Amino acid sequence: MMMKLAVTDIHKHYGPHEVLKGVSLSARAGDVVSILGSSGSGKSTFLRCINFLERPHRGTIEVGGETLVTVPDPRTGELRAKSPAQLQRIRTRLSMVFQNFCLWSHMTVLQNVIEAPIHALGIPRVEALERAYANLAKVGLGKDMHDRYPARLSGGQQQRVAIARALCMEPEVMLFDEPTSALDPELVGEVLKVMQALAEEGRTMVIVTHEMGFARHVSSEVLFLHQGLVEERGSPAEIFEHPQSVRLQQFLAGRLH
Amino acid sequence: MLAAYAMTVLGAGLVTLQLAAGALALAVLFGLAGALCKLSSSVVLRTLAGIYTSVVRGIPDLVLMLLVFYSLPTLVNEVLTAAGISYYFELDPFIAGTVTLALIFGAYMTETFRGALVAIPKGQVEAARAYGLGPMRTFTGILLPQMARLALPGFTNNWLVLLKATALASLIGLQDVMLTAKGAAEATGQPFTFYLLAGGFYLALTLSSVLFLAWLGRRLDLGTRELSR
Repeated sequence: MMMKLAVTDIHKHYGPHEVLKGVSLSARAGDVVSILGSSGSGKSTFLRCINFLERPHRGTIEVGGETLVTVPDPRTGELRAKSPAQLQRIRTRLSMVFQNFCLWSHMTVLQNVIEAPIHALGIPRVEALERAYANLAKVGLGKDMHDRYPARLSGGQQQRVAIARALCMEPEVMLFDEPTSALDPELVGEVLKVMQALAEEGRTMVIVTHEMGFARHVSSEVLFLHQGLVEERGSPAEIFEHPQSVRLQQFLAGRLH
Repeated sequence: MLAAYAMTVLGAGLVTLQLAAGALALAVLFGLAGALCKLSSSVVLRTLAGIYTSVVRGIPDLVLMLLVFYSLPTLVNEVLTAAGISYYFELDPFIAGTVTLALIFGAYMTETFRGALVAIPKGQVEAARAYGLGPMRTFTGILLPQMARLALPGFTNNWLVLLKATALASLIGLQDVMLTAKGAAEATGQPFTFYLLAGGFYLALTLSSVLFLAWLGRRLDLGTRELSR
């Protein structure tokens, strides 16, 4: 079966500090891959390398069978896309949900979710609106929310708009960068509920998260990153019930108690 | 007779308005270009923009205006003569005034726009990139509208100063409100009346500008007003 996403051997350093020392990940259709790790383990950097918001120094990225063609930048040594158009196209197939939502603050909810379908995918406005209505309803935001600006929404509502924005791209893979970390505790549930529903309908997702219960429940695979390397990977049962490495055992002990 | 002079002064208001509007439009273009240069990754562009803003902002407006109006044609004519071209180049006071004011206020706009662009949260552009928006759409759809909101206070300030600075063009012979007021004052021997009239004209323009821009500010603020709570 074809891989929806294949990321191989990603290396990244800031100056002399190596953040990623060769991290790989692959996902088939419907896979939910969770990435765990303490802060500084490189998990967010890795996720951001997948859509080239961070440029890795080495590694390959393949989305739905299409490999991003890269060349090393002679000045910085980082890889850059050989063709900006190809990078743009690949990015439209990888929707990202950010920790801080990153909704466009000068646009209403509706404008936020139709912006990229119209201007990046080039679909007609009518169709973009149809997608918008369906996906906003799916994340539980009623019509009364459509004309509000992000600043007038709660964090949980903003993140659900961000998920709707991602869904409107009809992406092959959804990337979640600690989607609940910026939320007040009582708002975490509403976002996780939406994400769980997406996992259940067979979306391909890569999730950087601190929500252990959630990762355990929805993931098909769990990666534990430590100091820029995959320390352990396996099914949720393997990772959470039979952690092999001492690091992971400590991490889980620290998290669960 | 006083009324006729007064009408002439107010009629020249059109010249003042055209000068201010033309200079503003050009200054906004210079300012956008300057701000983008200042934020560019190219050292050459950054240096050029730096020289532009520090030179222009470091020289009195009047000196610049006289330099452009008197020295530029001389320079051009010397070049023309040297090249053996028998054409006499003359600079119209309106053109000279527009260009000079645009140069000066383009430098101030550069700083205003640069500051506003820098103040836009990084995540806004990051989200645009992550969703595959091109550089052009990112600029016009995401950056520009947010920049406009953040730049508005500085922009308002620049516009008010620009509007008043148009009076300098009277010194190079442009028949604007200032120069016609001066003419009327001398002809009638009533300086108080006519300078007051000129002052009232500028004041009416600046006050209505402030009101309009405040209204615009409230509109642009729609999305973010609650953030400041």
